[in-house]
Formats: sequence, structure tokens, C-alpha cells
Amino acid sequence: MNFYLLTLIKMALTALVLLTCCAYAVWVERKVLAHIQLRPGPYRVGPHGLLQPLADLIKLLTKEGIVPSYANPFFYLLAPFLAVALALTAIVVIPFTPEFELFGVRTAIGLTDLNIGILFLLALSSLGVYGIAIGGWASNNKYSLMGSLRSSAQMVSYELPLAMAIVSPLLLVNTLNLREIVELQNGFHFGLLPKWNVFASPVPQALGFVIFLIAAFAETNRVPFDLPEAESELVAGFHTEYSSMMFASFFMAEYANIITICCVATVLFLGGWHPLWPAEYGSDLVPVVLLAAAGLMLLFHAAQAARRRKWDRFTFPVFGVLLLGLAPVFLIPVLKPVLIPFFWFVAKAGFLVFVFIWIRGTLPRYRYDQLMRFAWTFLFPLSLANLLVTGLVVALAG
Amino acid sequence: MTETVFFYCFAALAVAGAILTVTMRNAVHCAISLIASLGGVAGLYLMLHAEFLFAVQIVLYIGGIMVLFLFVIMLVNLEAAARERQFHRSWVGGLLCAGGTGAMLAWFWLRGAGTLRLPPAVQPTPREGGNVESLAMVLFRDYLVPFELASLLLLVAIVGGVMMAKKRI
Repeated sequence: MNFYLLTLIKMALTALVLLTCCAYAVWVERKVLAHIQLRPGPYRVGPHGLLQPLADLIKLLTKEGIVPSYANPFFYLLAPFLAVALALTAIVVIPFTPEFELFGVRTAIGLTDLNIGILFLLALSSLGVYGIAIGGWASNNKYSLMGSLRSSAQMVSYELPLAMAIVSPLLLVNTLNLREIVELQNGFHFGLLPKWNVFASPVPQALGFVIFLIAAFAETNRVPFDLPEAESELVAGFHTEYSSMMFASFFMAEYANIITICCVATVLFLGGWHPLWPAEYGSDLVPVVLLAAAGLMLLFHAAQAARRRKWDRFTFPVFGVLLLGLAPVFLIPVLKPVLIPFFWFVAKAGFLVFVFIWIRGTLPRYRYDQLMRFAWTFLFPLSLANLLVTGLVVALAG
Repeated sequence: MTETVFFYCFAALAVAGAILTVTMRNAVHCAISLIASLGGVAGLYLMLHAEFLFAVQIVLYIGGIMVLFLFVIMLVNLEAAARERQFHRSWVGGLLCAGGTGAMLAWFWLRGAGTLRLPPAVQPTPREGGNVESLAMVLFRDYLVPFELASLLLLVAIVGGVMMAKKRI
């Protein structure tokens, strides 16, 4: 009974955290983009715009959901649901921490432990195209249709390099189970360099990692491959006609996909929850130091808040004390085996999410023919070569 | 018990999808029914512990081939196609053929029920290392040459298709 109760609680928590992360990913994206472009970004709702996601949610919920008169209502309503359901499902196979004992049940943060975790993820990501394709078609709008056609072609094309890039680390670890993949990346070369698949011993998968990231950008329709929603050509692409929560569903699906694919990259290439350097050199102290430094910085700035932002005088100390209080939690011996790995996982995945946003603030959009040529004449052969070299070396070494 | 329920769900999905595929008028609806049917079959593969086939079914058929189907269907003019009379002209002939075949099968079944015997169901033996590994062993060790020949055949078909479709390369 304990097991079922625990699973239910975990499911609820995962859904809650993932949805909150999606909402705040929007805030982080707007903030980071704004700072890249030397402007403050969202500032009005809450301290430093922190309540902006909530305001956006209320706005989207209370808007009128319009179904265009010549749209196909069933598929028009099905598409956003499909997109968001598939995007949120993928998180279930991600293992966030090693297993631990809780109320007599061996469990871990993460929902299931499928033997075919990678195949399941690939299957889900290949289904993800349907939300966009059906949505664009059902809107009965030229721009939407163009967007959905582009996205179908793009996602089908970039799935190949993505799958090829996934296969090369699989050759090294020889399993399809995500938890086992992470556990096999344990340890350090020369006691310092982690044995992640990026730095794996016979063939480092750094090239595979780069290919995976590039293909992941295309799979999640992000800049520089956001052709399906190219504003300057297609109004808004496949979701031109959508409004209200249906539009929000597409948005949520996009951010859930980004978070999931960053988690997958962390698991496959960056060693999951394993720290960047050994615990003997104090990698366990990193979260404590980071949180304490952030808290102290907030307290310092609260003392000299700009005169025009007088709310900073109250919100900065509150957040500073919160972060300072959170820092010693990572030192409690009982919680340490869970929290430290979880911190490293979240740190790596979070950094990759930041890279996604960073690239968006840096690179312009590709032209459509460039996009296709890049996939088929450069990325795909490169991923094949990477796979061949990896296979050859693994075969010779084994 | 749960397995039986799941089996009937997937089977119903596969059969209903297949029926809708041939009876729907709108080509996009047909394609999506076919996707549902393929999804049901994928579920059946999973019930048989053929995880790799399940994933391949979804990645290749649903995520690859059917996307291309939809891609093409969305580009052609559906309005004209949907208005045309499609299946009604051969109702009588189709019914006669189906009924005749059914009657023939029933007759054989009634006359030769004793000789017609299905082999006893083979219990799938859990092999070492799971489904993916055993499949890889069979494909890449036991039947490597036929496998490579089949892929060569597919390659020839692809090259031929490109040659036929594009006059100038």
C-alpha cells in the first residue's frame, strides 16, 4: 500500500513542480533575453516581475477561447491537448536521484524505471510532431498550415541526427535503462575528471553531445530553428489562430519539451546526478556556498536598494534570509544522499536550459533551405561518422 | 486480469482504427484513424514483451511514415476529394465477395474442424538480457547476411525512387 501512496504523491509532486518550472522558465527566458539586450525585462508584477507567470496564467485563463468558423473543431481542440500531454509524459522516465529508503520503501525522485527508457523517450518525441501538425491543419489558415508543414519536415529530419547522437553513448554503457546509464557514469579519471559520457574513456562523446544539442534545438522548435513559428514570415506559425488556454498549452508543451530534453542530455551525456569533481575536494559544499552567497548578496543589496525601487528594501531581505536558511539544509547528514545528487542534476539541466535561452538571445533564424541542407548534408553524416568511430573503438577495445 | 483488459482495449483500438480508416470520407481523418490503429498494434507488441518492436512501431510508423502521409494529404485539395462518391458503387460486388469468402471459410471449418488444429500457444521464454538484446543477437549474429541483403534491397529501392521521381539530379 505504501508503494502506491508514495507513487501517487510523487506523481502529484512531479506534475506540480514541472508545471511551475514551465511557468517560471518563461519568466527566466524573458529576464535572460532582456539582460542580453540590456533592458530590465518584466518588472511590474511582484518583486522583479516574479509574479508575472501568475498574472499571465490568469490573463490566459480568462481570455475567450475562439474556434475559427472554418476550422475543424474536433482536431482544433485535440491538437493543444495532444501537444501538452505528450510533452508532460516524457518526464516520467527521467531519474533525478539515486535510490534511497523512505518509509520502508526503496524509491527515488523520478517516477518510473523503464527498461526501455530511451526507446520510450524517442517514441514520445517522434509523436510530438502531431500536436503541431494537426493544430496547424485544423486551424484552416494558410500561415498555420505552412508552419505545421515546416515543423513536420523539420522534426522528422532532425530526429535522425538526434537518434544517432543518442546511440553512440548507448554503445558505451550497453543498456537502455536511464538509471543504469547514469550509474555507469560513476567515478573519475585520474581522480579528478568525471567519467561522464562526454569524457568517456575509449571515445569521448563531446561531438555526440554537440550534435544532440543542435538536434534538440530543432526538435523543440527553438531559435535558430524556430521556422514553424517564424513571426516575420508566418504571423505566429502553427498557433496563429489559437487563443486563451489552448495557446497556453502549446506554450507549456514547448517549455516542458525543453526541460525534458535538457534532462535527457544530462542523463545521457553529463552523468546525471554525479558531481563535477570528487566529494573529497568539496563538491558537496557547492550548493551550500552558492545559496549562502546568493543570500548574502541579496542582503547586501537590500541595504543599498535603489531609491526608486523601494520594495526591494523588503523583498531582498526576505529572499536573502530564505536562501540563507536553505543553505544549511544541504549539510544535514540524513538528507545529504538525496539532496546533493538532486542539486547536481538540477544544476546541469538548469544550465542547459540557460544555454537554450542564451542561444535564442544570440543567434538569428536560419532560412528554410539552409535548415534542411544543414540537417541532411552536414549533421546527419557527422552523427553517422561519430557513431561509426564510436562503434569501431568500442568493438576494438571490447 | 489487467492484462486481459489492456489486451481488449488495444485490440479494440486497432480494429476500430482500421475500420474508420476505410470508412471515413476525409483523408486526414482516415490518416489519423490509421495512426490510432497502429498505436493499438504498438500496445499489443508491448503486451507481448516486445519492447523494441513497440518503440520501432511508434518511431517509424506513427512518428515517421504517417507524418509523411499527413504531410502529403495536407498539401492536396481535400475539398474535391471529400465530395466525390468513393466506395458506394461497388457495394454489391464487395458484399458478394466478402459473403462468398465467409461462406467458403465456414464450410471448410464445419467439414474439417477435426483436421484443422491450431498449435498450442508457445509461452514466451524470458531470454537472457531482455528483448532488445536477443533481437540484436538474432539480427546481427544469426541472420547477419539476410539482414544486410534486405537493407541493400531497401537502399536500391530508395535510389530507384529518387531516380524515377527526379529527372535531373
